[in-house]
Amino acid sequence: MEWQEVLLKLIKNKISLFGIGIIIFFVIISISAPWLAPPADPDDPYMIPRAGWSIQPKPPSEDHIFGTSEGQYDIFYGIIWGARTAFRVGLIVVGISTLIGILIGTIAGFYGGVIDEILMRITDVFLSMPFLVAAIVLTTILGKGLDNVMIALVTFGWMGTARLMRSQVLEIKAEEFIQAAEALGANDIRIIMKHVILNTIFPVVINASMRMGSIVITASSLSFLGVGAPTGYADWGQMISFSRNWILGSQGNALQFWYTVLIPGLAITFFCLSWNLVGDAFRDILDPKLQN
Amino acid sequence: MSKEKLIDVKNLATYFHTEEGTVKAVDGVSFEIYPGETLGVVGESGCGKSVTSLSIMRLIESPPGKIERGEIIFNNKDLTKSTQKDMRKIRGNDISMIFQEPMTSLNPVYTVGDQIMEAILIHKDVNKKQARQEAIDMLTKVGIPLPEQRVDEYPHQLSGGMRQRVMIAMALSCDPQLLIADEPTTALDVTIQAQILELMNGLKDQFGMAIMMITHDLGVIAEVSDRVAVMYAGKIVEYTDVETLYANPKHPYTWGLMHSIPHIEKDVDRLQAIPGSVPNPLDFPQGCKYNTRCPFATDKCREIEPEIEEIEEGHQVACWHVDKLEEAKAKEKKKKEKK
Amino acid sequence: MTEERLLEIKNLKKYFPVKAGVFRRTVAHVKAVDDISFHINKGETLGLVGESGCGKSTAGRTILRLLEATEGEITFEGQNLLELDKRELREMRKEMQIIFQDPYASLNPRMTVADIVGEPIDIHGLAANKKERNERVTEILDTVGLGTEYMKRYPHEFSGGQRQRIGVARALAVDPSLIIADEPVSALDVSIQAQVINLMQDLQKDFSLTYLFIAHDLSVVKHISDRVAVMYLGKLVEVADKQKLFDDPKHPYTQSLLSAIPVADPTYKSDRIILEGDVPSPVNPPSGCRFHPRCPYAMEICSEVEPEYKDYGEGHYAACHLLEQE
Ligand SMILES: Nc1ncnc2c1ncn2[C@@H]1O[C@H](COP(=O)(O)OP(=O)(O)OP(=O)(O)O)[C@@H](O)[C@H]1O
Ligand SMILES: Nc1ncnc2c1ncn2[C@@H]1O[C@H](COP(=O)(O)OP(=O)(O)OP(=O)(O)O)[C@@H](O)[C@H]1O
Ligand code: SF4
Ligand code: SF4
Ligand SMILES: [Mg+2]
Ligand SMILES: [Mg+2]
Repeated sequence: MEWQEVLLKLIKNKISLFGIGIIIFFVIISISAPWLAPPADPDDPYMIPRAGWSIQPKPPSEDHIFGTSEGQYDIFYGIIWGARTAFRVGLIVVGISTLIGILIGTIAGFYGGVIDEILMRITDVFLSMPFLVAAIVLTTILGKGLDNVMIALVTFGWMGTARLMRSQVLEIKAEEFIQAAEALGANDIRIIMKHVILNTIFPVVINASMRMGSIVITASSLSFLGVGAPTGYADWGQMISFSRNWILGSQGNALQFWYTVLIPGLAITFFCLSWNLVGDAFRDILDPKLQN
Repeated sequence: MSKEKLIDVKNLATYFHTEEGTVKAVDGVSFEIYPGETLGVVGESGCGKSVTSLSIMRLIESPPGKIERGEIIFNNKDLTKSTQKDMRKIRGNDISMIFQEPMTSLNPVYTVGDQIMEAILIHKDVNKKQARQEAIDMLTKVGIPLPEQRVDEYPHQLSGGMRQRVMIAMALSCDPQLLIADEPTTALDVTIQAQILELMNGLKDQFGMAIMMITHDLGVIAEVSDRVAVMYAGKIVEYTDVETLYANPKHPYTWGLMHSIPHIEKDVDRLQAIPGSVPNPLDFPQGCKYNTRCPFATDKCREIEPEIEEIEEGHQVACWHVDKLEEAKAKEKKKKEKK
Repeated sequence: MTEERLLEIKNLKKYFPVKAGVFRRTVAHVKAVDDISFHINKGETLGLVGESGCGKSTAGRTILRLLEATEGEITFEGQNLLELDKRELREMRKEMQIIFQDPYASLNPRMTVADIVGEPIDIHGLAANKKERNERVTEILDTVGLGTEYMKRYPHEFSGGQRQRIGVARALAVDPSLIIADEPVSALDVSIQAQVINLMQDLQKDFSLTYLFIAHDLSVVKHISDRVAVMYLGKLVEVADKQKLFDDPKHPYTQSLLSAIPVADPTYKSDRIILEGDVPSPVNPPSGCRFHPRCPYAMEICSEVEPEYKDYGEGHYAACHLLEQE
């Protein structure tokens, strides 16, 4: 199937259209962030402006339409600029880890033998460490900060792709058109690029799309646990961590601080959902083709 | 033949209603099979051979498939109107079927013996021990060496030819009146095919059953059939006894098919290929479905579909221009004589 | 015809290891091709027949070095192919091509026809620029009877016969001298087979091609071949001129194989030799003559001593004790 055909089907499918709609919505927000929420300091737009030093969050008002969180950080500002953070973390982590996975999986599957053995044992070692714990440990060693979170997530995030790619490559490698290319005198690089990867990439793309959402959640959890972005950085996970002490309001008014949890929570949920919807639709479109 | 018909299929049509449109897999076929004879059904992939046989067994997956019209009279009963409960009694008991790929039609988790015994226990009033003995007898009859041992083996432990023998043993275990064989030797080697065909011919005499033999191999058809139905795009286009068909084919498709295959017993310099390919079932041409490939096609052929009719005694053909083919045959003969 | 040898195979063997256990140790070998020798003359078609699993495809692929030979010699135009290094081999592939059985599996589903046929041109730099490449692709597609309107389409949009033409076109693009056709018509509909067979015959004349034509359908092989080689369980049992082989088969296996073919003529009565049993496993082939458990003429010596494969006159090779005793 051609890319155009896949795209067309994605748009025709109601569920994926909904997902694509949300993604586009977030893209628009990210692009127009400087206008939606003009930064106080244009050189450092990701620092959320503070409207005071009071501990207790303040509900939505005219100045702060989503209210302010613990420490008077503007929630609206955080959500808007946080969308950029989400895309940055998602795209970079998923992009790089997928590339690493593809590279390792392809080499292991295509060449087999000792190379495969070594690469797969390394993969196993990485897989045997619990993901979140390993990421926390590495971030702690590297030091707090979003870049380090991303490094940690990439370091422990490529193995699934590598395995998926390897099994795909093993399957395709046995196909006759690969032998046909070899018989024509094609070298390994050509065979891998033109024949192997082209025919194995779709499941990996689906997988990557699904991971976009989950990576952002993981990055958020790290922020929530305090090893992520620096305090005051526009990041949805951090926004939620600000609400940690305010999930329950005062007596008789339990939902007093709803905005501190609900708004960043919704942002993360919708972001994650949209990628999953697109990934699901992607799989439905491609699966019947993959089977025959 | 004044004998009574064992099965009489009248104007059977089975369609599949799929997302892309309606596939008229079988579109009005009529034929009959007499007790003890072999009817060969020949045609290319997708022409509706399997769907015809599955319709008789009422094994068409529904949806998307549906028997749209027609009758299948078997023992004075119309099978198209039978309930699935009645059909279960008929299947395996009165009519059995063997398939092309013996591995996929045998259950891999049961032993060969269990599977034959199951058929026997359902349809016959015997106990387990007797059933086992019958299973062993059947395996002996189909020529499996060491049947006492093989009866406890699993399908994957047998070779392709042996599995097909097991399938036959299973199909024959309840003395069916009609055996439908859907390409029973296509997946097998020639030497094994020869074994199986000989076995089937022998068993036919022994059991006195009728066989409906489906295949695309003109050689196999010639060897085993008494009468032959040639199918193209969901229709029977020619229907007659085997000698007449091979000596004097009257439909351009049959004639073309015979010239397009190399014959082991006579050499030709060049095969006469049929141009084009089988039409897409979702998009059949108007009129005669063979008109896109037929050398004799005229405007009439492109507009009106010919019905099958008897043009000589016991020789049915569905073609507007039987005479044109005769002319072509005469010309060819002259050319040969000149040489 | 001047009988110049294009390809000469000597004592070719290809064993596949059978691995088992936790350590994947090699416990046995599938002797898929076990010591075969034959040659193909320039411009002729050698048919290679035999039952499923007897090693036909393995032989074809080992000759092209798509599989590494276990032992033996493959001389192509005076050069031993097994001595070539990877780069020389890639260069050599211009001269030898393969057509596969399955017209569905052998074409990359994500490449257009123009790219599939153009690939060999790119690999070997046979066109100076894009325009020349396209011209060449058009020309080749035209040769195999496919119009230019098909160039931008993907393989799944074609019928089986058309796909096989694309496969043939791809093989032709490098202008090879030898084409190994591995059951090129077995997967096609009866009415389409003739189209592809005719095409291959025309191309052979036009481009003076040499074919190794692998098939299990003896009628097809008889039609297209000049000489025929019969394989059984990894070994050649008989090789001869087509007419001689079909009129006067010397080896008992060839005899029964020929008699087993169903003839498309209901009046034709053949004296069929029905073989007993199945083809044994190539992991543990029978001792002596591999055919002895099924051979109607088997003698004591047959299970003990392997019969010698030799020329019984005028290039009629066979391996059977019966012949030696005559
Ligand atoms: N379940 C189904 N859904 C949709 N179409 C079907 C289904 N089963 C069969 N068909 C269509 O019905 C037509 C006839 O199929 P059938 O299996 O009878 O062909 P056949 O003559 O047995 O071919 P072959 O020689 O390949 O077995 C084909 O065009 C096929 O695509
Ligand atoms: N890669 C492989 N690894 C192990 N065994 C193999 C491999 N390829 C083939 N074989 C075995 O080698 C033997 C010969 O196989 P081959 O495919 O050459 O047979 P063939 O004559 O081409 O049969 P067919 O007519 O079914 O194509 C078979 O027993 C097969 O199982
Ligand atoms: S009706 Fe016309 S098109 Fe059809 S087979 Fe006869 S001559 Fe050909
Ligand atoms: S050597 Fe013996 S067993 Fe082998 S083919 Fe000849 S007679 Fe038969
Ligand atoms: Mg069928
Ligand atoms: Mg093969």
